[in-house]
Amino acid sequence: MTSLLSVNNLVTEFGGGKGASGLRAVNDVSFKVERGRVLGLVGESGSGKSVTGFSVMRLLERPGRIASGQIIFDGVDLARLSNEEMRQIRGKRIAMVFQDPMMTLNPVLTIETQMVEAVRAHDQVSKTTARQRARDALGLVGIPNPEERLSSYPHQFSGGMRQRVVIAIALLHKPELIIADEPTTALDVTIQSQIISEFQKLTEESGTAVIWITHDLAIVSRLADDIAVMYAGRLVESGPVSSVLTDPKHPYTAGLIASVPSRNRRGVPLRQIPGMTPAITMLPRGCSFRTRCDRATDECLVIPPLFPQQERFVRCFHPVMKAMT
Amino acid sequence: MVTSIIRRLFQALFVILAMTVIVFIGVSVIGNPVDILINPDANQVERARVIAHYGLDEPLWKQYFIFLRGLAQGDFGDSFVYGRPALGLILERLPATLELAIAALGIAIVIGLPLGLYAGLYPSRISSRIIMTGSILGFSLPTFWVGLMLIMIFSVELGWLPTNGRGPTLEFLGGQWSFLTSDGLRHLLLPAFNLALFKTSLILRLTRAGVQEVLPQDYIKFARAKGLRERRIIAVHVLKNLMIPVVTIVGLEFGSLIAFSVVTESIFAWPGMGKLIIDSINLLDRPVIVAYLMMMVLLFVVLNFVIDTCYTILDPRVRLDSKA
Ligand SMILES: Nc1ncnc2c1ncn2[C@@H]1O[C@H](COP(=O)(O)OP(=O)(O)OP(=O)(O)O)[C@@H](O)[C@H]1O
Ligand code: SF4
Ligand SMILES: [Mg+2]
Repeated sequence: MTSLLSVNNLVTEFGGGKGASGLRAVNDVSFKVERGRVLGLVGESGSGKSVTGFSVMRLLERPGRIASGQIIFDGVDLARLSNEEMRQIRGKRIAMVFQDPMMTLNPVLTIETQMVEAVRAHDQVSKTTARQRARDALGLVGIPNPEERLSSYPHQFSGGMRQRVVIAIALLHKPELIIADEPTTALDVTIQSQIISEFQKLTEESGTAVIWITHDLAIVSRLADDIAVMYAGRLVESGPVSSVLTDPKHPYTAGLIASVPSRNRRGVPLRQIPGMTPAITMLPRGCSFRTRCDRATDECLVIPPLFPQQERFVRCFHPVMKAMT
Repeated sequence: MVTSIIRRLFQALFVILAMTVIVFIGVSVIGNPVDILINPDANQVERARVIAHYGLDEPLWKQYFIFLRGLAQGDFGDSFVYGRPALGLILERLPATLELAIAALGIAIVIGLPLGLYAGLYPSRISSRIIMTGSILGFSLPTFWVGLMLIMIFSVELGWLPTNGRGPTLEFLGGQWSFLTSDGLRHLLLPAFNLALFKTSLILRLTRAGVQEVLPQDYIKFARAKGLRERRIIAVHVLKNLMIPVVTIVGLEFGSLIAFSVVTESIFAWPGMGKLIIDSINLLDRPVIVAYLMMMVLLFVVLNFVIDTCYTILDPRVRLDSKA
């Protein structure tokens, strides 16, 4: 069976066009999402995770544009669809949850308005039916008194409750894929944990595939099946979570894992990746990670391809071997 | 809610009272009406009689209290010039100014809002740039000059529209209105456009700025992510957020249209309140000036109240605050 989503050599640029190349926020990224599975997309701030998500949704704002590559969703290349065809997929077959629940809902419209319109954007049902579906969806994500809460405005909800409303909206049409862009970063830790478990439960029940964008490896290890690591717009490593997190091959992934505070290594100072993420306008020649990499050699002055390694991919000439740490 | 209304009412009363003092003192400072009212040839006895008749022999504070007493009974005193109640004179002119202001505001909204929306949604199109450049002209060309040009072109050269006056009027709600007759409507057109020019530019630019502020918001992106049609996103999500600043400005500008229609009314010889107040200032017709200024204070107080009420309807966040 083919993958639900298969992104091939995606390049997303800001500016440029007509032969000139713009700022490459996403550079030659390929990954697959299988039905019912969770892909964790990780990387530092500015590495292009959100832009990847918005590219799949075709929600890039100008001057952003998909410069090349394919986004095959259930056999159809989304990059080639007309705007109306894409609109019919958005919210219906692919839904998205944003980072900041405080900003995602329109402050001057009731929850009811915002949910009913979401139902009716794709299904020609009466307002009453749409309202019932909205109410049921609110109940499903654990909002007490959904009937009453429908007539509330966003500011009458706490951040955690708002994110539940947003998740309820995302689940309205039982989409095949949900792109969750750091949906819990703006929430405090206990709420974060609740929302993650509920999200996990709901998507498992409905068999929804998920791309979970985050920079939190702990979350990834908890809920993802596969992981894709981005660095400066490029994918540097991908594979099943269990093997990538225990046995990272790319020096950057290894550095990320080493810098996560963990109970086992109490007392041992945390290791930091030296240096700063370079701006994508000033990437070093060759491997983008070269200036921060302690394994770099002259060979790294050319851009490394993605090397397949069993069921994984690594973009590195000198991958890390499993060592005794 | 009730307490807040009562509090506002008291605030309004205080504002009005404070304004009576300022207006009264101000008017006394600009000149002594005696010099204009009395024939220079009149003798001393005649002079004293007239001064006493108008109560001008009393000290200022006493005049003020007499004025306040009258005010409480809705009496601003009689016009020195016309010898009739000042309030009546003003109310007679009110329909002329009101219909001019409403027509101008209507034109400004009907033109400014859609153009501003367009320029905000498609900022890089050439047509949008032309619109924005045009709006700068609307801002910077002086009203009187534009008025004269309008008369030159549409009345003198083309002969399409009349140059001055209100034309025939019809009685409605106790006032005389031009817009009810087709010829009156033709008389209304030029002055209304003249008065609307500045406001159109204002609403246009405000709308465009609003659109550009709302469009990059996450909630618009999320609305797209839900798969809403572009039409609904603009008509509901963008417009509803835009209405908050636009309603505020429209409300305040309506007040200023009425209060400052003087220039347009003078150019087109439109017999409204603006014309009346200019004449009254020239003749130092104190009761009319005072009555007019008080009416304007009242107008702004009422408008502010209406705007605030609209605000609460449009913006749910304000509603919550006022409940608390
Ligand atoms: N509207 C835009 N115009 C120009 N450049 C942009 C725009 N949006 C994003 N970028 C560029 O794309 C790059 C990737 O941004 P992106 O938002 O995808 O990062 P991210 O991995 O999601 O980071 P974060 O963890 O902070 O959300 C950034 O370096 C930024 O410079
Ligand atoms: S390719 Fe070279 S520079 Fe890049 S990560 Fe691997 S070893 Fe480091
Ligand atoms: Mg992001």
